[in-house]
Amino acid sequence: MGFDIRLPIGLMFGTFGMLLTVYGFATSGSEDYVVHSLGININLWWGLALLVFGAVMLALSWNARRS
Amino acid sequence: MHPQPHWIDYLILLVYLGFVLGIGFVLKKQMKTSADFFLSGRSIPAWITGLAFLSANLGAQEVIGMGASGAKYGIMTSHFYWVGAVPAMVFVGVFMMPFYYGSRARSVPEYLRLRFDEKTRGLNAVSFAVMTVFSSGVSMYAMGKLLQLLLGWDFNLAIAISALVVLGYTFLGGLTSAIYNEVLQFFLIVVGFIPLVYLGLRDVGGWDGLKARLNDDTLVHSWKYMGSAHANPMGVEWFGLAMGLGFVLSFGYWCTDFLVIQRAMAANSMTSARRTPLIAAFPKMVFPFLVILPGMIAGVVAAHTSAAPMAVTASATAGVIPESGGKGIIPPKLDSDGNPMVKNGATVLDYDLATPMMLVRYFPSGLLGLGLCALMASFMSGMAGNTTAFNTVWTYDIYQSYINKHASDQHLLWMGRISTVGGLLIAVAAAYLARQFNNIMDVLQLVFAFVNAPLFATFLLGMFWKRATGHGAFFGLLSGTIAAAVHHGLTIPIGSAIGIKGGYLGMVIHEYPSEMAQNFWTAIFAWSTCMLVTIFISLFTKAPTRESLEGLVYGMTNLPKDEETVWYQRPTSLAIVVLVLLVGFNLIFW
Repeated sequence: MGFDIRLPIGLMFGTFGMLLTVYGFATSGSEDYVVHSLGININLWWGLALLVFGAVMLALSWNARRS
Repeated sequence: MHPQPHWIDYLILLVYLGFVLGIGFVLKKQMKTSADFFLSGRSIPAWITGLAFLSANLGAQEVIGMGASGAKYGIMTSHFYWVGAVPAMVFVGVFMMPFYYGSRARSVPEYLRLRFDEKTRGLNAVSFAVMTVFSSGVSMYAMGKLLQLLLGWDFNLAIAISALVVLGYTFLGGLTSAIYNEVLQFFLIVVGFIPLVYLGLRDVGGWDGLKARLNDDTLVHSWKYMGSAHANPMGVEWFGLAMGLGFVLSFGYWCTDFLVIQRAMAANSMTSARRTPLIAAFPKMVFPFLVILPGMIAGVVAAHTSAAPMAVTASATAGVIPESGGKGIIPPKLDSDGNPMVKNGATVLDYDLATPMMLVRYFPSGLLGLGLCALMASFMSGMAGNTTAFNTVWTYDIYQSYINKHASDQHLLWMGRISTVGGLLIAVAAAYLARQFNNIMDVLQLVFAFVNAPLFATFLLGMFWKRATGHGAFFGLLSGTIAAAVHHGLTIPIGSAIGIKGGYLGMVIHEYPSEMAQNFWTAIFAWSTCMLVTIFISLFTKAPTRESLEGLVYGMTNLPKDEETVWYQRPTSLAIVVLVLLVGFNLIFW
C-alpha cells in the first residue's frame, strides 16, 4: 500500500542538495566558513553529496516502477 | 546572543515541513478502514518498518540526551546502545516476533488479553496510553524550550507549529504516514549529523586528538573502568549495568513497548516483521558515533574565533545563553535570576545544550537549516510515534473494549482521528504543565519507570511458559510495580536530598554511588518480584486450556520457517551478523 517512499526521499534530499550547492557556490569565500566550518565550504560539498544521494533514491524508485 | 538563521535556513525548514505534510495528504485517500489507519494494512516492506522502528524511538532523549551524556560520561554512553538496545532488538526479532505477529493481535495490550485476561490488558493499556501522551508532551516542552533558548523563537509558536505539523500528518495518513515520515526523519538525522561529527573531529584532530584534549582515560573506554562503580564517571558497576540496563530495562522497552512493536506489526509478512528490529539494529549500532561524539567534542573546543561581543551586560537576562563560565562550548546552567548555578563549589553545566551548541558552532548558514531540520525531525518523530501508538491503544484497547463494544469499522476509523486530536491536545497541555511545574513531570516519569520495570517478566513468562495464568500476570505486574516504588523509597544516591530522588519511605537502607545505579537496581528488584509472584500465583490458579494458547506461546505455535528466503535475508543470519559486529565494537572501545 501507499507509494514508493524513495520518491519523496529522493525529491526532498535532491531539493536540499540543490539549495545547498547553489548557496554554497554563491557564498564561496564568505567569512562565514572561516568562522564556522574551519574554512571549508561545507555547503557546497555536502550539497553535492545530497544531490548524489537524492539522485540514487530517485533512480531506485524509477527502476522499481519500471519492472 | 542568538545566532541569526538566514533566509536559506528558513527556506530549508519550509521545504522539509512541506514534504512532511505532503506525505500525509497523498496518503489520506488510502485510509479506508481502521486497519489501514492503525496497522498500515500490514503491508509495509521490512527495510521501511526497520528504519521506522529505529526512528520512532529517536526522540529528543536520543539526540539531545545522548549528546549530554557523552559530554558527561564520554564513550561509556555507548552502553545505552551496545548493551541497552541492540541485544534486546535481536531477541525481539528472533524469539518474540513470531508470537506478536502470528497472534494477529492489533496491539501489545491486545496480545496480553489473548494470552492472559481482560484485567491484565486493561492495566497495560491504561498505563501505556497515559504514558505516551505525557511523553509526547515532554518532547514538545523540550523542543519549545530549546528553540527559545537557542534561536530566540517564541515558546508558544514553537509548540503550536510542532503540534500542528504532527497532527496534520498523523491525522491524515495514520500509521503509514507516521512510518514514512519516520524514514524521512531517519535520513535527515543521519545527513544532518555526519557533517557535524566530521567538522568536530577534524577540529580536534580526530579520535586521538579528542583523547588528548579530554585528558581523562575514564572518558574514552567503555568497559575498562566498570569493575567498580567508584572508578568510572557513570557511577555504575558492570553487574548493575548488564542486568539493570542490559537485561531488565532494555528488554522491557524494546520487547514490550507498543510504540516500537507497532512498526513491526505493520510489516507485510512474518519474515519482514522478524527482520524489522534486526534491520534497525545495524544503524542503531553506529548511532553512538553520530550522537555521542558531538557531546564529547563540545566539552573541549573553543567558541567561534570572531564571535561578536554580547550586547547584554553582566546582569544576563534569563533565557539567554551566557558566553562564558562553561566548559568548552557547553554553557553553565542558569538559575531563575539568570546567574550561573553552583553546586559543591563547581559550576553546574547545561549538558543538554552540548549538541545544539555544536550545531550553532560548526554549521554556517545553509547547513544550519539542515541541522535545525534534523533537530526538529528528532523531536517530531518521537511525538508522532507516541501519537500513533496512543490512538491505536485508545481506540482498540480502551474505546472498543470498554466504551463502545459494537462500533462499526468506519466509526473506529473516525475515533482514530478524533483520538489523534485529543491525544495531541493533552500533550500540549502536558507541555505547559511541564513548563509551570518541572517536578510534576519528574514524578510522572518516576511512576512510569515503576510501571515499566516489571513488564518484561510478564511477557517472558507469557510467551515461554504455558502454565502462566491471567491472575498470576496481573498480580505479578502489580507487585513488581510496588516493589520498584518500595526499593526506590528506601534507597538514595549518595549526596542527594530525601524526596524525589528516593528515601521517602521513612528510612534509607542503602546508598547508591549514583542515580543511575539506583535506577538499574530498582528495575532489577521490580523484575525479580514480578517473576516470582507470577510463577507463585500461576501455580495456585487454574491452568489455561491448551486451545486458548494456540499461536500465543512457545511450544503451541508453528514457528515460522525461513527456508523460502535467501540465507542473508533470514532473521537468524541477520541476528548473527549483528551480534558479531556488536562484540567487535565493544572490543574496539574497551
